[in-house]
Amino acid sequence: MIAESMYQELILEHYKHPQGRGLREPYDAEVHHVNPTCGDEITMRVKLGDGGKVEDVSYDGQGCSISQAAASVLHELASGSTVEETLGVVEEFTRLMQGRGQVEPDEDVLGDAVAFAGVAKFPARVKCALLAWMAYKDALVRSTT
Amino acid sequence: MTAQVSGGVTALDVDRIRNDFPVLSRELPGGRPLVYLDSGNSSQKPVQVVETMREHLSMHYSNVGRAMHVLGAESTEAYENARDKVAAFVGAPSRDEIVFTKNASEALNLVAYAFGNPAGSDERFRMGPGDEIVISEMEHHSNIVPWQLLAQRTGATLRWFPVTDDGRLDLSGIGDLVNERTKIVSIAHQSNVLGTVNPVADVLARVRDVGALLMLDASQAVPHHPADFAALGVDFVAFTGHKMLGPSGIGVLWGRRELLDAMPPFLGGGEMIEAVWMDRSTYAPVPHKFEAGTPPIVEAIGLGAAVDYLNAVDMRAVEAHERALTAYALDALREIPGLRVIGPTTLESRGGTVSFTLEGIHPHDVGQILDDSFGVAVRVGHHCARPLHLRFGIPATTRASFYLYNTTGEIDALVRGLHYVQKVFA
Repeated sequence: MIAESMYQELILEHYKHPQGRGLREPYDAEVHHVNPTCGDEITMRVKLGDGGKVEDVSYDGQGCSISQAAASVLHELASGSTVEETLGVVEEFTRLMQGRGQVEPDEDVLGDAVAFAGVAKFPARVKCALLAWMAYKDALVRSTT
Repeated sequence: MTAQVSGGVTALDVDRIRNDFPVLSRELPGGRPLVYLDSGNSSQKPVQVVETMREHLSMHYSNVGRAMHVLGAESTEAYENARDKVAAFVGAPSRDEIVFTKNASEALNLVAYAFGNPAGSDERFRMGPGDEIVISEMEHHSNIVPWQLLAQRTGATLRWFPVTDDGRLDLSGIGDLVNERTKIVSIAHQSNVLGTVNPVADVLARVRDVGALLMLDASQAVPHHPADFAALGVDFVAFTGHKMLGPSGIGVLWGRRELLDAMPPFLGGGEMIEAVWMDRSTYAPVPHKFEAGTPPIVEAIGLGAAVDYLNAVDMRAVEAHERALTAYALDALREIPGLRVIGPTTLESRGGTVSFTLEGIHPHDVGQILDDSFGVAVRVGHHCARPLHLRFGIPATTRASFYLYNTTGEIDALVRGLHYVQKVFA
């Protein structure tokens, strides 16, 4: 039952009860990212405040449990945090996902996102996990320029 | 043990057949057995095909058609024998009507590039603004994109048959859709998602009324049903080797001889010529006119061996076996709550491909858990038929597709797996 290492309880919880889902006003930037190989898609909005604070990350999309749970976890981690801090998490999350299951995740940096560690062993699903996180990174760039 | 089924056909002996496919008894990581329900994607290969290819590569290999030595003669003979075998297998009136390509996509593109091509002069292949091409909403991308490109090149209009809610070709508007402006109609013989077998005769009657041409993408039909192209009466048929126990890298275009003669070449190169000057060339007769360069020699020979294998089993028995599996699967899947079959739910004009959605669970999650927990290999996604999925308002489906080596026990494994998937996401 290899898949059980991928379908962690936390991932399933976020998939069944997504946090912060739905697009909200106001926002500084909106992006739409698609995974053409499986059709997963996400629309993401970012609202920044003073001092690099991330006031809100709102999103809507469709796709598999991994892609949708990743967006939910991202919302929880980023909302109320700062641009600088969250970029550090995005970096660590990307490193973990692209590590083919060989990377030891830094739980202090990743928080709940560490639950996705098992996904890294499934190359076909890494893009699912990264979809929302790449959209977030893109939205940040567009918010600050 | 063998048993008689209707029409004097001997039922196939699945156990014996499975012994010819070593992969079917391999163990996957974690000790899971393999349950291969993805033959609509690509079939497995029997040892007879593998051995024929190995033997040719080891002892007889050389280039075909041009080498003046023993190996050249042996390779050429084996390659051309494969053409004879394929021609007989599909009921082609002439062996010269069998063009080897690298896959069905190339066969479809070959025909598409014959239209609106200044290198040709036949009226039937002239195409420009005002002319129309007709496909359907249930096509594989390989029977959509070549025609989109043709429409872009020539200014012709691309039109399509809609699909009904139960996954049938909607012929209600055929009188308007296929008209005197139509130059070619190209549709699937059997849908790679819905399993629907299309009513070729009905479409052909209208196509003939308006003087257009009819092409079939039979990639999902030739591997699973007895084929008789002459009786079908269409103009072109494309299919591929790797879905019918043969290797990848070999496809087939069949076309009526006088049409193939009238078409300009597709790819230029060695072996497709008669004579070459610096400023012009004349071309070899068909089929070689369409086989530029060194062809997939061993792949063609492998396809010939696959045809031998299917003939020995008897395609009528293959069809009957898959029909029984499909009936069993449709019944079993009906019992799963929240499961919706996308395509016909009866056996009428239907092959052994069953696509479905599970309420609230994305197909990628379904496929992943079926594979990881039960070794059940299905295909998930849009199966290269995105417009069809848009038509049904869904991003993707899970598809189980059956072949001569599958068993009802494997369908039971699929059903057990689906119940487990639902438990994970409950």
